[in-house]
Formats: sequence, C-alpha cells, structure tokens
Amino acid sequence: MSAADLLLNGPRVVNVGLPRFADDLRGAGVQVVDVAWTPPASADARVLEALDRVTGRETGLTARVEAANAAAVERMLAADPVLVDVRPAAEVVPGLGDRMILHAGPPIAWERMCGPMRGAVAGAIVLEGWAPDLGAAGALAASGEIRFAPNHHHDAVGPMTGLTTLSMPVMVVENRDSGNRAYCTVNEGLGRVMRFGGNDESVLDRLRWLASTLGPLLGETLRAGGGVPLKALVARGLSMGDEMHQRNVACTSLLLRALAPALSRATRDNALLGEVFEFIGGNDQFFLNVAMAMGKAIMDPVRGIDGASIVTAMSRNGTDFGVRLAGTGERWFTAPVEMPRGLYFPGFTAHDANPDIGDSTIVETVGLGGFAMAASPAVAGFVGAAGASAALAATRSMYEITAARNPEWTIPALDFAGVPAGIDARRVVASGLAPTINTGIAHREPGVGQVGAGVVNAPLACFEQALVAFAEGMDES
Amino acid sequence: MSAVVVNEVRRGFYLDSVALMQLSAELAAQEAVEDAVAMTGTPSNLQIMREAGLLAPPGEAAGPNDLVVAVRAAGEAQAEEALSRARSALAREVAPEEVGEWRPRTLDGAVDRMGDANLVLVSTPGAHAEREARRALDRGLNVMLFSDNVPLEAERALKERAHALGLLLMGPDCGTAYIAGAPIAFANVVPRGRIGVIAASGTGLQEVAVLLARAGTGISHGIGVGGRDLSDSVGGVSTLDAIDLLASDPGTEHLILVSKPPGPRTARIVFERAAASGKPCTAVVFGADGIEVPPGGPVTVPTIKDAVERAAGCPIAPGYDAAAIARSEVERLGPGRRALHGLFCGGTLATEAHAVLAAAGIGAVSGPASSAPPGANSPHLVIDLGADEYTVGRPHPMIDPALRTAKLREALADRQVAVVLLDVVLGLGAHPDPARPVRDAVRDADGDRPAVVASVCGTADDPQDAERQAAMLAGAGVAVAPSNADAASVAAAILGHRR
Repeated sequence: MSAADLLLNGPRVVNVGLPRFADDLRGAGVQVVDVAWTPPASADARVLEALDRVTGRETGLTARVEAANAAAVERMLAADPVLVDVRPAAEVVPGLGDRMILHAGPPIAWERMCGPMRGAVAGAIVLEGWAPDLGAAGALAASGEIRFAPNHHHDAVGPMTGLTTLSMPVMVVENRDSGNRAYCTVNEGLGRVMRFGGNDESVLDRLRWLASTLGPLLGETLRAGGGVPLKALVARGLSMGDEMHQRNVACTSLLLRALAPALSRATRDNALLGEVFEFIGGNDQFFLNVAMAMGKAIMDPVRGIDGASIVTAMSRNGTDFGVRLAGTGERWFTAPVEMPRGLYFPGFTAHDANPDIGDSTIVETVGLGGFAMAASPAVAGFVGAAGASAALAATRSMYEITAARNPEWTIPALDFAGVPAGIDARRVVASGLAPTINTGIAHREPGVGQVGAGVVNAPLACFEQALVAFAEGMDES
Repeated sequence: MSAVVVNEVRRGFYLDSVALMQLSAELAAQEAVEDAVAMTGTPSNLQIMREAGLLAPPGEAAGPNDLVVAVRAAGEAQAEEALSRARSALAREVAPEEVGEWRPRTLDGAVDRMGDANLVLVSTPGAHAEREARRALDRGLNVMLFSDNVPLEAERALKERAHALGLLLMGPDCGTAYIAGAPIAFANVVPRGRIGVIAASGTGLQEVAVLLARAGTGISHGIGVGGRDLSDSVGGVSTLDAIDLLASDPGTEHLILVSKPPGPRTARIVFERAAASGKPCTAVVFGADGIEVPPGGPVTVPTIKDAVERAAGCPIAPGYDAAAIARSEVERLGPGRRALHGLFCGGTLATEAHAVLAAAGIGAVSGPASSAPPGANSPHLVIDLGADEYTVGRPHPMIDPALRTAKLREALADRQVAVVLLDVVLGLGAHPDPARPVRDAVRDADGDRPAVVASVCGTADDPQDAERQAAMLAGAGVAVAPSNADAASVAAAILGHRR
C-alpha cells in the first residue's frame, strides 16, 4: 500500500501500542485492528539479532527463508497419509534391535528419566524377556546394557512414555505423496497402561494380547482393504468435534466403521470379533496413535528442507522438551518441560502430576490438537479453557505462529477456516506465543496411570535456541 | 510514626507505560499514601524508586519484565489498601480478553486479519518502536511513529527505507496526524478542507488544524515528520516525501510547513522541492532569522496564525485587538509586577510564544534549553512542560496537567509576575477537561494576582468542546485569545506597559 494510496483511500490502521488510540480511531469511523502488544519475550541480544537477520528485508535471507517455508508447507499439505498395515515393530521399524528401547521425546539417558518413563522401561524389559522381573529389569536398565533412542530417530512416535520394542505391534502410515512410512504403537486403552508408566502383569498381558491377537488381525484387515486414507477421515473428525489429541471419539468411530466390514471378513471367530470391537469401541483415544503416526508421516519429508524455519517435531520425554526445525535437520533444541495446567481426576491434584511427556505433540505440529481447539469446544472445558470462545481464541492465536492454514482440515466455528499449519519458529520467537498443546497428565509415580488432562505450552527457550542456530546456519550457506 | 514502604512484584506482567502512570497517579492520590508508583523493574526504574524511597526488598529483586507496585504510606493498613486497589485496577485491564474478545499479539497477526491495512500506528516504548516500524515497512505499510526515544541513526535508516519502498514514515515523536480527514493520535476534530500541512511536531499541527477550522476552511492531510527530520543528519527525507505526496494530491491546493530551524543544506533542498510542487506554500520557521528562500519557494511568515490566514485567504478573529485587551489587563495589575511566566503543554506553542515575545523585544526569556537559551538575569520564563526533563516517570501534561497546575499556582502567588501565559490543548487523547484545573487555580488566587492569558487549541467538535472550555476560563477572569500567537501578543503588550 503506497503512501499515495494512503492519502487517496484514507487510513486503515493497525494500532501497535496504546489501546486508547484504537478506541479514538474507531470513534472517528476508522477501521482499526488493535494489537495486544507485549515486548518480545526474549531480552537475549543473540536471539533478537537472529530474529532480525531472518525476518528483516535488508539481509536477503528473509526471502530465502520464506521461499523455503513455502516449499515446506506445500510438502506438508501435499502429504497423503494412509493407514496401511499393523506389524510387529521388529519387522518394520528401521534400526530397532535387540535390547533396544525407543522412547518419547529427545534423547535421554536412564539417569535422567522421570518416574513413569523408568516404570515403563522396566515393564518393557520384562515384556521382551530380557529380565525375569521388574527389579532385575531396573538394574539392567541402569547397567548400560540397554540401548535407548528416541522414536523420532526411527521414523516412529509414541504417546506419553511412548516405548517401542521389538514385540510390540505398530501401526504403519504411508505418506503416498513422498513414499515414506511412519510407525506408532497401538493405543492400550485407559487405566493402568505402559504409556503412563504402568508395568504390572495386567499391563503386560494386554500388550501380549495386542501382539498376539489384535495386531495381526488389524494388519490382515488393512492389507486386504488397501488401507484407510486418513486426510479425509480427519477432516470429518474435525467437523464432528475432535481435535485429534485430547478428543478422538469421532475419528475412532469413523475408523471402526471403516474397518468393521473387512474385520468381519478376516475372522470367523465371533467372540474374537466382539472382543476387538469392544476394545476399539471402548477406547475413545484409540485413534490418537493413528493420528500420531499420520503426523510423523506428514512431517518427516519436511525435515531437512534447507532454509526453512518450519517446526518438524515437538516432543517431550518427561524431562526435556525438544524441537526440531526443517532447516536444522536432525538437531534437537531442548529445554526443561513445563507442568501441564488442567483438570484432575477425583482424588488427584497437581502435586501428583508428572511434567509434560510424549511424542503426541506431533499432532500439534501438523495443526491439530491445541491448534485445532476451536473445532472441539468439549475439550476446551476439559483442558482448562473457559469455553467455546476461549477455544476460538486459542486457535486464532496459533494462526499468529504458523505459516499457513490447511484448506483441507477446516473448522466449522471459524467459518471453515483451515487449521493453523506449519509452525514458524520465527513467528514463535517474535510473538512470544508458545505453541498450545493439549495433553493427558501422567502420575509422577510409575505405574499409577493418567491422573488428568490439560494444556501445556512448549517452552519458548527451545524455539529461541533453534532460531539462533538456524540463523547461524543461514550464514554458512 | 514512621512511614511504611511495601512492594509487590508481578512476574512477567506487561502494561503500557501510560496505563502504569495513570495507575501510579491513582494510588498516590489516596489519603495516607505518601507516594506510590507502578513501574516495570528496569534498572533505571529501580533506581528512580530507590531514590524516591519507594524500594523494598521484593522490588529490589524485580527484573525488566516484571511489574513493581511500590507504596509508601503512613501505616501497614493504608499501604495494603493501596496495593489491593492496584490489584483490582490491574485486573480491570485484562477484562476484555476474558470475555473472549480476541486481539492479535503481533503486527503479522493483525495484518493477517486486516489484509488491506495501510498504516501502522506505533506507540510502544522507544526501544521496541524501531523494530515494529521496520516490520511494518517490511510488510509494505506506512508508519506513524508516535514513540519517542528512537535513535537518530535508526530514524534515518527507517526513513530511507520507507522512501525506497514508496512508503511514508511519520515521526518519530509524531503526536498528531490527519489522513484524509481522519484524526490520528492526539488530534482535534476538524473539518476536512483543501490545505495540506507538514509539521515537525504534534501541537504545531494541532494549532494549524484548529485555526484552519476557525478560519472556516479545513485540512486535507496533516503529516507529522518529527522534530529532527529537517536536520542535516536526517536530511528532510519525510518532509520531501510529504511535499511530493501533497503536490500530487488532487485534494490539496495549498501547503503549510511548520518547523524549527532546518539544517542549512536541508532547508535549501526542502524549499526547492516546495517551489517545484506547483502549489502555493507558506512556511513558519521558528527562530530562523534571515533564512534564504529560493524564487518561487514558500512565503515565510512568523506565526502559525499568519500562515493559516495566508493559506485560508481570510483573517482569524478579525476584530480581536490584543493591545486593547492588554491595556485593560494592565489596569488591574498591582505595582512591581514585571515578569512573564509562560507555562506550556505544547512544545511548538511554547516555541511560537517565545518567537512572538522575541519579536516584541522581550528577548531574554529564560527557561530550559528545550524552549529557549538561558537568559542572563531575565525575570521571564517560557517552559515546555512536555519536554523530556518534565516527563520522566509522569504522563505528558496534555494527558495529566498536574505539574502545570502546580507551576501555575506558584506563578499566581508570585508578586513579581505580571502575566501568566498558557495553552489549553484539547482533542482526542488529551485530558478530558483541561480548563478546569486552570480555572480552579485562578479562582483560588488572591485578588492581587498576575494577568492570565490563554488560548484554547481546540474546536467545538472536540470531546472537551472548545467553547465550553473557553467560557470556563473567561468566567474565572482569564483573557482567552483566539490563537496562541494572539495570546503571546497580549502578554508581550502587557509587559510593554510595565517597562
């Protein structure tokens, strides 16, 4: 808008600073958008300098970053994720070996693992038969005999503790645009479960049933049917009130509906079929793990796009929160995880809560979960937001930190605006707006399970470090 | 009983400084509160609080992103009451967001929402203003930079960038603008007309707009360029762009330029550009003697009133007789009164008054460097209470005239003072009833008091209603002049009778 246009057409004003000016302008009949301005979150000169280098027009870097981000978003939106199979992790997860445990979040050693993670590790060791009991399993884990690695380093993701070991069946999502595959274990249901650090016999028995019974049946069903395309299914789920992190009841139902005929043809055992329907239909969060594998399948092809400041992964191991950017490739930028704020199940309080944990933030990374809160007013109340209007505000504020809107995943309550897609680390740092994450809350003691649900913010420090490294990387190239 | 100092620190709490200063004033005004302040915990603010005897241990530990509420009161209970008042006031501020009204947090977010935005009004603290202005230019938007304390280097860089992009950058320290009839920031409600104005400062532009309205015409656009634009170090980038814009604007027939003395190089370029505009141009350049104007360049006049009369082609308040007013004021004055105290809220109005007095031979006006060179042994004083040295930690006197009122009361009680010269600035953004404290002070003064001469910079359409404000002043015996220049002429004439 040139200066001449300003005089010719009159002002249409963005007010940055004193709100009274916006009020006066409105009173004079001038169109105004009033920015709720706050100083940049970071006072660190290195961060501000990095921000200036990759947002200002003078350096010439900004145009490169924006072109790269456009390419990154284009690849995200072009993704065509399809749930194609369920297989034992040993058969499909690349690089997964014996005495190896994949976990949620950025890399972490046994010594720094939180309670639920340790509990889950001990359980997984017994499950795999590497130790006879939980006591021996703990000693083995501490001995250095077990190799730990993030799911994210093996094309995989997992909720909460997120453990993946050889015998566990994993869901396979293929991105038919880029040809890559991503993996996530099968959701165990509610109550005492390994993802919340549970490790008693009931937990292990359920995992054995998943490996021996449900996994193979689902795998056969999916292979026979050619897979379930997920993009359209998620789009319908959004219009039915799911945000795919805290609420998956619609998508779980849609998936079960899609699978039911083929499942019925895959077995003649009606009792088993009843058991399977009961298991999937009785777990509103069954689809979460599908959505996570989908998110991973969408974001992995974006990793390594040179010059892009788009976030490719956000993940927590219960101790550290980690972030990866497209332009910084494999590198993690970490900061201590924050405590979720939320509602607790009866008998539990914030004192019982474990800090934020899980790979499930891959869902927010693709624009769902906390980013799609406006689609899910029911969740807004559950996770501490005041109501439907607060849910709208939550999604709207996420538009400020994303590069695009996803036209295929729309939100009815926002006049079918697309969900905020492609978190731009530059915008996160400039606005001081941390990504909003919807999350379950684990008990801090291993084996107790889920004690509540709420929202948590990604620590800004991750994005600041990432931006500094990103800007330095732009220098070299 | 000794006073109690209490501090409360809110971590990571941001509120704009005007709101904080209003809160400070509200707290300090309470009975039994000796002093109170709400400030962010920057090192310089902590020092201010320490020196004011307002800092307690919690405040000492505050950081620059924290809010410190500090109270010194007669006792614990009073201090606690002040703090609780602060708490409820701070809670009040966040109310709109709680009811679900959504405001973007960033310029980018705002532009996403208003795709056809064309102007960004920046009034953040100076340290951040440069960044926001640069971002606005990057997004292809014109900028009005209200903020002050923008470094000279940054000003020049921003302006050159705006120029290269074909954008207009107004300011920094630009308090007022009129764009296509719309009043922006501190501005009076005036009719739209065919006279374009380029001014270095806010009150200069306000006075032009108000007098144009009084002359029965109006302003097409009023562009504020900031006080340093015509210095040789900035080179008049914004002024030149503004001249070009108004030259090609079909709604503008005449140009008025108001400025302090330009740098010599810049003056020549600017005057040549004005000459090339093809439109008649009138310039008021305060304090510049014998400035050379190229052929076809602007006609220079000594006051804003003269400029407006020339541009409008008709006189303002034609029957007004400053000499006669002065004579009647002098009759009432007691013996021995010889001094003038000019107490101004508007910087350009102080400068104009100074120029009128100087032209009348009253040269040795003392005052801070920002308004005039210190005059040796002069009894006269013209001060701009909006200058930096008076506004540290308090609102501009146009918003809160408390300091001006205090100085007015001192002057009214001073047996040496013959005349007090004032401005009363109205308009959007200004104090809701600025004539009232002036009237009250004058009413409270002795019968044997100095003459009080004032002008009201405002219109009947302003929220404060200039006619009501003038009537309130006149009712207390203040001589209300139709322009700031006329008020200064009356004051000069009063002093003339006293020599």
